[in-house]
Amino acid sequence: MWEKRPVLLLVMATAAILVGTIITMVLPFAWVNTEADRIEGVKPYTALQQEGRDIYIREGCNNCHSQTVRPLVSDVLRYGEYSKSGEFVYDRPFLWGSKRTGPDIARLGGKYPDAWHYKHMESPRSMVPKSNMPDYGWLSANQLDPQMIRRKMETLGFPYTDAEIKAIEGKNEMDAIVAYMQKLGSDIPWRESTKTEIVGDLVNPYAGVDHGTMEPWEELYQQNCAACHGTHMEGEIGPELVGEDYDDEILFQIIYTGIEDNGMPSFSSLGTDKVWKLVNFIRYYRQGENH
Amino acid sequence: MESQNYNYAIVRSFVVWSVVWGLVAVLVGVIVSFQMIDPDLNFPPYLTFGRLRPIHTNAGIYGWGVGVIFATFFYIVQRLCKVPLWSDKLAKFQLWFFNATIIASAVTLLMGYTTSKEYHEMEWPIDLMIIILWVAFAINIIMTIFKRKDEQMYISLWYMMAAIIGVAILFVTNSAAVPVSLFKSYSAYAGTNDANVHWWFGHNAVAMALTAPPLAMFYYFLPKSTGVPIYSHRLSIVAFWSLIFMYLWTGAHHLLWTPVPDWIQTLAMGFSVMLIAPSWGSVFNGYLSMNGQWHQMRENYLVKFLILGITFYGLQTLQGPMQAIRTFSAFIHYTDWVPAHIHMGTMGWVSMIAFASIYFLLPRIYGREVYSIPLANLQFWLILIGQLIWSISLWVAGVLQAGMWNAMNPDGSLTYTFMETMVEMYPYWWARAFGGLVYLLGLIIFIYNLYMTVTQGKTATAQAAPAEGRA
Repeated sequence: MWEKRPVLLLVMATAAILVGTIITMVLPFAWVNTEADRIEGVKPYTALQQEGRDIYIREGCNNCHSQTVRPLVSDVLRYGEYSKSGEFVYDRPFLWGSKRTGPDIARLGGKYPDAWHYKHMESPRSMVPKSNMPDYGWLSANQLDPQMIRRKMETLGFPYTDAEIKAIEGKNEMDAIVAYMQKLGSDIPWRESTKTEIVGDLVNPYAGVDHGTMEPWEELYQQNCAACHGTHMEGEIGPELVGEDYDDEILFQIIYTGIEDNGMPSFSSLGTDKVWKLVNFIRYYRQGENH
Repeated sequence: MESQNYNYAIVRSFVVWSVVWGLVAVLVGVIVSFQMIDPDLNFPPYLTFGRLRPIHTNAGIYGWGVGVIFATFFYIVQRLCKVPLWSDKLAKFQLWFFNATIIASAVTLLMGYTTSKEYHEMEWPIDLMIIILWVAFAINIIMTIFKRKDEQMYISLWYMMAAIIGVAILFVTNSAAVPVSLFKSYSAYAGTNDANVHWWFGHNAVAMALTAPPLAMFYYFLPKSTGVPIYSHRLSIVAFWSLIFMYLWTGAHHLLWTPVPDWIQTLAMGFSVMLIAPSWGSVFNGYLSMNGQWHQMRENYLVKFLILGITFYGLQTLQGPMQAIRTFSAFIHYTDWVPAHIHMGTMGWVSMIAFASIYFLLPRIYGREVYSIPLANLQFWLILIGQLIWSISLWVAGVLQAGMWNAMNPDGSLTYTFMETMVEMYPYWWARAFGGLVYLLGLIIFIYNLYMTVTQGKTATAQAAPAEGRA
């Protein structure tokens, strides 16, 4: 019957297509982004952050970086607290991505100091050896257009002040994208709530190891610390480490939990063993050299 | 007889232009595959991976995929309806507007005007162009069907009509945006809603543009090539309706473990597994149509392309549901496994069917025999091997990286940093780039064969090649 009547076929096909569409695509609007998943503290983007986000979109960063942490052990350990629906209510469009050629960056905000981002965007391989990310230093040469940004804020209905728009004058695209990086995932206080409390006494399991044992640990240092503290611990974005005289236990705590206020990230995801190796390498390797 | 009035000129034009855009898609694909290995091959601002990759995907989908759909549907609809195209003028407009749209897409994407939504990156003015294009196409096809001489509509026409409606609903809904300027807009949906709408679009674009139309081609060109009708009409009815009903529920399998509500994810997972049935309905219908005809795999190169194509469709529709299961998705999602899956579908299934369709059409639209069947065979092996190298190397890479991402030390910490897992990918990315080059070589041979057919092919003898099937 329908095989002989095209109008009937078109109507039936439309109906077949609409059932699943209405249930799984239209209906969710009744729940998603409503009061039910609202999160206190999630704020719209500032003018500079929104412009940074638009540059992120323009450069297609989402082709290699996802922005959603799944409630899975390996995801949460690697990237931080899992993502919640209410954190994305100001995202137009969503930028969750589908491929992690580079790491997920949903929780990047506040992980590194601004200086790290500037240097990394300009020359990714100077910070992360063997990275395949293209250089984005050229963004610094492009001045921002405050009037266009004002129009964007109007369209999005985000609050802004004239002073905020004025402050954009003289800033460039690099400033904007770094501002955006620092906002990512930081609307909820997840770093404080996941901060690791170390219970019991800390005992350095490698106390007194010889120089030779420590030699292979240099790779750990180069991979995780050198970008900020220099390949020879001479300091750069972070302080110089030569002559570091914190106690083993205190140095362990600093590396393991980080210092939020001055941009030292937590390295708890490396596990206690590797952090102890770093402690010993940083404190004693140089001394071994001198002997 | 009637056939003199058929508009084959438009079919010829769309064949040529779709192949041009197919070449662009594969070339850019090869370029970005090398950019992933060596970041110094990025030349900002225009020629960076982030800007070129959408050109690769959109040239593949809209230029090559949709271009071939336009070419073959204009041919099939005239033959099955036994009447000439409803409007030659509208078709001509569609051809030029199609090329204008693809060029505009490529230029604006290079300039960084993008919505960032995968497979729908073009900004709102181009969305409008695509909508106009599709409406022109829909009117011409549907009006031709209305004035058909055969009352009974063959399977291919059902799939064509479903695809026309499906693409329209999906594309318009996902295009909704508020413009800021000519080149910038913000999605009408926010955050989790935007994600859910987008992947409802994304997955069903695969259904309505890269599944239903190639099935329409398969159901038409297989019997035409073998001279034997499709095995079961009833099976094709069941497979058709269940396919177009079930597909729309599955978009959220791209969003497993994300903040999208769990029940949507669960429905998507369930329906994805159920989709195996209608997908394999068509695979079996294809295989069983070969009963007593398997010798044609040796003798008829068209059959070889078509049967390998439907085989990759079968593999694709088994692997897809597997990835749509939560536990497996938790392991494999975000790795190189996923592009390997997609490329089995595009390079294996869709393109195999497209190549066969074009080879079948050549003598009929140009009146010349295909220049070289040995070259067609060589192309077959190159694209088959190229695609297998491409996909298999990245399946291995995906499993390796997923395993490293999940590896844990006895104290509950992660064994590897992200970079330690990423550097392991380089050898596989080299293999993938090589696979892409082999595929590109196959495509170049195809284009050479096409060119030689058009310029030097022997005049086709009375209605050319194989016996007419039932279709």
